[in-house]
Amino acid sequence: MRQKLMIVLCGLAAALLARNLFVMLLRLPDEAAQGPIFRIIFFHVPAAWTAFLGFFAAMVASILCLVRKDLRYDAVAVAVTEVGLAFAAANLVTGMIWGRIIWGIWWTWDARLTSMLVCWLLYAGYLMLRHAVEEPTQRARIAAVMSIFAFVDVPIVFFSIKWWRTQHPQPVVWGGGSMDPAYWNMLFLNWAPLLALGIVLAMIRMRQEQQQREIDALRRWAHAL
Amino acid sequence: MSAIHADGVWKFYGDFPALRDISLQAEPGACLALLGRNGAGKTTLLRILAGLARAGRGRVSVLGREPRERATRRRVGVLGHGIALYDELSALENLMLFGRLYELPEPRKRALEWLERTGLGPVREGLVREFSRGMRQRLAVARAFLHEPEVLLLDEPFTALDDRAIAVLQGLLRDGRAAGRTIVISTHQLREALELASHVALLVRGKVAYRGERTQQMLDDTGWLYRNYGEA
Amino acid sequence: MASFFRSSLTIAAKDLRAELRTKEAINASLAFALVILLLFSFAFDPTADQTREISGGLLWLVFAFAGALVLNRSFARELPNDCLDALIAAPVSGAALFFGKALANMVLLMAVELVSLAVFGVFYNVAWTRQFWPLLLVLVLGTWGLTVVGTVFSALTVNLRLRELMLPMLVYPIMIPALMAAIQLTSPLVLGQPLAGDMIVWLRLLVAFDAIFTALALALVETVLVG
Repeated sequence: MRQKLMIVLCGLAAALLARNLFVMLLRLPDEAAQGPIFRIIFFHVPAAWTAFLGFFAAMVASILCLVRKDLRYDAVAVAVTEVGLAFAAANLVTGMIWGRIIWGIWWTWDARLTSMLVCWLLYAGYLMLRHAVEEPTQRARIAAVMSIFAFVDVPIVFFSIKWWRTQHPQPVVWGGGSMDPAYWNMLFLNWAPLLALGIVLAMIRMRQEQQQREIDALRRWAHAL
Repeated sequence: MSAIHADGVWKFYGDFPALRDISLQAEPGACLALLGRNGAGKTTLLRILAGLARAGRGRVSVLGREPRERATRRRVGVLGHGIALYDELSALENLMLFGRLYELPEPRKRALEWLERTGLGPVREGLVREFSRGMRQRLAVARAFLHEPEVLLLDEPFTALDDRAIAVLQGLLRDGRAAGRTIVISTHQLREALELASHVALLVRGKVAYRGERTQQMLDDTGWLYRNYGEA
Repeated sequence: MASFFRSSLTIAAKDLRAELRTKEAINASLAFALVILLLFSFAFDPTADQTREISGGLLWLVFAFAGALVLNRSFARELPNDCLDALIAAPVSGAALFFGKALANMVLLMAVELVSLAVFGVFYNVAWTRQFWPLLLVLVLGTWGLTVVGTVFSALTVNLRLRELMLPMLVYPIMIPALMAAIQLTSPLVLGQPLAGDMIVWLRLLVAFDAIFTALALALVETVLVG
């Protein structure tokens, strides 16, 4: 059942992605000011959305893990956090590539890039914290607290960095509101395959996590005997 | 009402059950000896009773309440593996610290009393760091008894103690039993525990393998319990 | 409520007394702060106006680095002799235990910060006392932000291997908003500018950070301490 769902999701994602790439590369005209590179936005922005959705899901799963004391929620939390981190990394890398071509620099302390970097660091810390704890129940508890702290911090980080950057000169970001509806549609249409990919990856990681816990329990049994 | 009541208690480390469906009771004034090998779950069970850990499943009540409630903890004394004293503080300061945390009416007076009772009166201003092993252990006993708890949870109390501290502890435990306090004592030193105990529970790999009153037979033949109910 | 503060103060007094006897954390922290201040003076020309303009960043980096040493010791201090178990078993709520420890850390950190500030004033030739009371307010608010997050994570990481490394790695990213606000406020105050304009927004951010994370810490600390 789960296997089938994963295969179906993968198939749908691949088909949709192929269709989107076709439209993106062959149908949509180049953006007037930026030329062909603007197409990276169709991956850059949905990647960020997926990442935040992942971090949000991680917080919900962490709270459920603490309340229900059920380690399945811990598996969900770590799976969606890792997927979120992967998409956050994709967002950062695509942002840097775009910046290199449009601004001529790989990195600028732009509000959004900086915020995403801080986010990435927060959740990378979450994974490192997990690695440092041996016992699964204790690990779930400690990691859940970290996840909640991290997610509460995210909006504060965004606000502070935005406020910090508006006090400094920065490269002009192309207009947010004035994007053509065709581009907007593509943005959402391309989110679907990325989201499906994220869900499949999270499901795989969840299963791995559960199997790892079973192995750990068996090892403890062996140790007890 | 039982002083200690555990009903279907499980504790998991990941998917591994360290405690499996533990049901135990101790009536007020009873002394329950928790027996079992290392890793059988004695410490885990005591930690749950002391409010230091939570059960994964099942219900635990101490003096009719949740172990984690403050009102419960005020009436429970814990003596674990460590002496739970601060090396940089003096004997008196250590006891007064815990006296204040337990909200005793006169922490200083009570601390001095217990220092006398454990033979540490003359060194009350000395730092714990400078104490001998035996003195530290007697102070640890004083700390656990300071607030005159109705329930005492002792985890392997005899293993680390020297002779004098054992004598002090045994005297206090006997007084405690006479005063109607409930005692749970985990140990693998059978003789000391069995002499004191009114009831016995044997844990094997997280399960209760035997529970019941302590019989004369157990005293006469300390290996009897393990031979008949221990692991095959 | 009264018993909450009484227990907290008892814990804080215990921590401070033990710390003042050994001076482990405070000495290490102070020495570290002074070394960093010295190193910074090699990195920048100490007499230049520019150095004074980045004084907020310089000072708060020193505070954050030195603070990690104090915070690391906070719960680690309870490990020998299993003292932490005795505290958790005592009839003190996890929140009161946490609050007491945070208070003690706050006092130690403030002491390190004030000494660092004095040294900074001498080394870098800055008359930083012109806006003393507003600066003290920023110092207190900023330090409380660092302390409250740091103390929770001190409890969270106390049983981990690599504890000393884990704590700064986890808390610095979380502290970014508080550090940023404190830096933005400290630089102009050290230069003698009054608290006004944009600075009020940063002050609000700092207060919000403190309030949010104090509430979160008090709510979650029982979960952190009791397994």
